[in-house]
Amino acid sequence: MSEHHHHDESVPHRHPLRADQDDTLTYWRAMEIAVRELLIDKEITTADEVRREVEAMDNRTPAHGGRVIARAWSDPDFRKLLLEDGNAACEAMGLERGLYKLVAVENTDKVHNVVVCTLCSCYPRFLLGLPPDWYKSRNYRSRVISDPRAVLGEFGTVVGDDAVVRVHDSTADMRYLVVPKRPSGTEGFSESKLAELVTRDAMIGVSFARQP
Amino acid sequence: MAETEAIAALFKAGDCVRVREAYPIGHVRTPYYIRGKSGVIERLCGAYPNPEELAYARPGLPRQPLYRVRFRQTDVWQGYRGKGDDTVDIEIYQHWLQAQ
Repeated sequence: MSEHHHHDESVPHRHPLRADQDDTLTYWRAMEIAVRELLIDKEITTADEVRREVEAMDNRTPAHGGRVIARAWSDPDFRKLLLEDGNAACEAMGLERGLYKLVAVENTDKVHNVVVCTLCSCYPRFLLGLPPDWYKSRNYRSRVISDPRAVLGEFGTVVGDDAVVRVHDSTADMRYLVVPKRPSGTEGFSESKLAELVTRDAMIGVSFARQP
Repeated sequence: MAETEAIAALFKAGDCVRVREAYPIGHVRTPYYIRGKSGVIERLCGAYPNPEELAYARPGLPRQPLYRVRFRQTDVWQGYRGKGDDTVDIEIYQHWLQAQ
């Protein structure tokens, strides 16, 4: 008989139960349900269409952005297009064009870019998916804008004194994508191999691309 | 008003501008920390419906030119701890900018 069966059979879980998060009907939850049901009743949308949008939102991941960066590292013409017209570059790769104008900013030996939305949580969701919780936190938003080098240091990202740090505050109709520096020792790598080195955090600018 | 109608752009890349130091109530996209500060136009981003109007279900027309303005961090934050030429780039609508 295994160790497991020595426990009291009437207590199936030894670990504490995680509290439910969907059992409180807050003001905004009630508002969302009311608006959604009204739109469905009036045949403006359908429950399946709402479900599909949620599914599509969850399917957007930083892998899309990683493919774009890998192409920019591999193809000088594409890199130029990405820096001049980010939306056209995404479209050229068969990705969503995005609802907002995409501004790609390139990290070099002399410039390190990092993105924040101090007013809320604007983020290039069509390329990176949903933003991480810390990106939306007051802590990150209020500190990276005024003391970026210290915050980058907390992420383990040390930018030397020979480089300028540029913070981009995404306050209105632009969305930002950081093009990280291509890691050394990746000469001859295929695009798909390069894409594996491009992380979400590197495209926000709080870290560098992974070394192979 | 036609959706294509836009206010003419007054500034171009390289122009020195100052952000209006105003504190209107309502939905404003110009962060407090940058009001009254001086910077340089990095680029004209295009013209967009004014979010201060859109927020109240009005059309926000004519569209307002939107710029990316670059500020030196040492001009924005007293006692900035980074390097002197570090910058912050912010999107600011034309009606918040004055020629410097």
